[in-house]
Amino acid sequence: MTAPVLFELRNLACERDERLLFVRLNARFYAGQAVQILGPNGSGKTTLLRILAGVNRDYQGDIYWQGKPVVDMAWEFANDLLYLGHLPGVKKSLTPLENLRWYAALQGSVADAQLLDALVQVNLAGYEDTPCYQLSAGQLRRVGLARLFFSKARIWILDEPFTALDKSGIAQLENRLIAHAEAGGLVLVTSHQDIRFPQLQTLNMQDFVEFSTFGETAHG
Amino acid sequence: MAKSPSLFTATFRRDLLLAFRHKGEMINPLVFFLIAISMIPLGLGPDKELLMRIAPGILWVMALLATLLSLDNLFRSDFDDGTLEQLLISPHPLYLSMLAKVLAYWIATGLPLMLMSPLLGVMLSLPSGAFIALCSSLLIGTAAMSLIGAVGAALTVGLRKGGLLISLIVMPLYVPILIFGASAVAEAAQGNPFTMQLAVLGAILIMALLLAPLATAGALRVSVNG
Amino acid sequence: MNWQWFHRLGSPRWFYEKTDAWVPWLIIFAWGLLLTGTIWGLGFAPMDAKQKDSYRILYVHAPVAFISMACYYLMAIAGAIGLIWKMKLPYMVMKSAAPIGFAFTVIVLATGSIWGRPTWGTWWEWDGRMTSYLVLSFLYLGVIALQNAFQSRDTADKASAILALVGTVNIPIIYKSVDWWYTLHQPATLKLVGKSTIHVSMLYPLFTMIAGFYVFFTLVLILFTRTEILRRESKTQWVKDLAAGNARKEEVAQ
Repeated sequence: MTAPVLFELRNLACERDERLLFVRLNARFYAGQAVQILGPNGSGKTTLLRILAGVNRDYQGDIYWQGKPVVDMAWEFANDLLYLGHLPGVKKSLTPLENLRWYAALQGSVADAQLLDALVQVNLAGYEDTPCYQLSAGQLRRVGLARLFFSKARIWILDEPFTALDKSGIAQLENRLIAHAEAGGLVLVTSHQDIRFPQLQTLNMQDFVEFSTFGETAHG
Repeated sequence: MAKSPSLFTATFRRDLLLAFRHKGEMINPLVFFLIAISMIPLGLGPDKELLMRIAPGILWVMALLATLLSLDNLFRSDFDDGTLEQLLISPHPLYLSMLAKVLAYWIATGLPLMLMSPLLGVMLSLPSGAFIALCSSLLIGTAAMSLIGAVGAALTVGLRKGGLLISLIVMPLYVPILIFGASAVAEAAQGNPFTMQLAVLGAILIMALLLAPLATAGALRVSVNG
Repeated sequence: MNWQWFHRLGSPRWFYEKTDAWVPWLIIFAWGLLLTGTIWGLGFAPMDAKQKDSYRILYVHAPVAFISMACYYLMAIAGAIGLIWKMKLPYMVMKSAAPIGFAFTVIVLATGSIWGRPTWGTWWEWDGRMTSYLVLSFLYLGVIALQNAFQSRDTADKASAILALVGTVNIPIIYKSVDWWYTLHQPATLKLVGKSTIHVSMLYPLFTMIAGFYVFFTLVLILFTRTEILRRESKTQWVKDLAAGNARKEEVAQ
């Protein structure tokens, strides 16, 4: 593999309310990779994704984006990032199209036609002017996922994106993620379901658990 | 197809649209303002002289309380549906996004309050010379209160029940605005000039414009991880 | 990297062990200064021509007023250090300072009210100073309420630090506006009392009391912070060792 290193974590650690979630996390992510973050509930998967996305800034260690500390590249990084948390990020009083228009503004300039096309891609054609509170949980989720179909970001960080989706929705999303990785993007994803990817890599949070007690770490 | 608007415009437009889709939330503080003002003569008796004397202070205190009622909504729904974290990690300056949100909020809550105040002034026999002072001081005052209140809303948005706590932490910060706002109306009611009070309110507004969005952004970063 | 771990985790322990030796000295100094100042102020300072003996409550009122204000700034600065350098100890100091500061403002209001009875003839007067301290006590209450509202300690620390900083920007504005408000509404009768001139011999005991209260404040702040350290670090090995050591000592004593 000669793909460039997009993302690098050096000695990452996170502690919250005197509890260590993970320590000494070192990892490199290359362009064209799809990585599933594994680990049981409470192992810090979501926290890790939130740290990588820049939502959470309480960590020790360093994160590098294209070889430079991400804190120095905040603007470039934010422009190249698409993050979907476990909340759908959809306003229920707005229509799907109005929701996507706001995301289009977040990202720069996207034509309405592209947004409508994205809604077609997630099987929401005909719903563009229906207020979101009339949609089902799965459909709401799809409104958020429609962002994947007009995004220009290279790095996608997705926390449990398959939640509430039906079989065809899951297959569609998988195809989209594979296409993104093949196009030179990077996908970091958590999921309780098995993901059927040809070249899925994994990162197991249990490899970075500190077994000794908290106090000994501090003075060790 | 036209280019998408800037995030400032998009957020401002979106929040105004949301405000108009939830008209009830917009109208409730106004109804509170109306009913609370009507309680005053009922409690004190309809003595015109007395009402005229206390009208400036009462109008301002009630307006202040009315602004507190809607404050909890400012970031609540954004926090609950996840759009807040999307805003925080966007490449756009957070200062401007905060400003857009507060501006939309002020247009939906502070401005109607100001527009309604003359009617309530009539009910409390406010002297005719004081109406301009009432409107102009509330115009500047509600804007400053929205900005400062946004910090309180941002600090408590992670709490399930932040409503009362907001009032508790924000009200002491409103003291200077109340003093100068009420004083402007009181002076005008006696036929005195009130430009000094308005100037001070303006200075407070400018300071709030410069600093409050930064504190709000910082507070939201803390709350989002709470 | 190790440095930051030391920074975050090591310093509360360092503070706890360091202050161990200070506490007895602070107790001695606080007692000494406050006792001297009280005897001097009550027994030997001359009587005020206008206010007679009632002015002597100044020896408590003024020092406590200074400190309740200084404490807010100390709290905000501690919070700012915590936010900027991501350190733990400053947050513990901040959290400990809030209730102490609030208690001091309550003492200011209480002594002011007692003093007001003979001077103004009422228990409460909307005097500029008193009103400012009333608002200051509200600011403290806000910080305390916010600190207690969160389940996560980290969030509580950061949120109340931001609130304390916002309060710091506001305090001068609140003071100036309350001052202005007071001169606007000042009743004529109060103007007659005017300012008494303070004789130098009244000042020496005042300085002693100010120094005494500052030492006392430092002592209480350190004790509160030490308790907070033990509470927060209760899972660490050094606190466990400390507790085990204390238990052994008690056994020996029995």
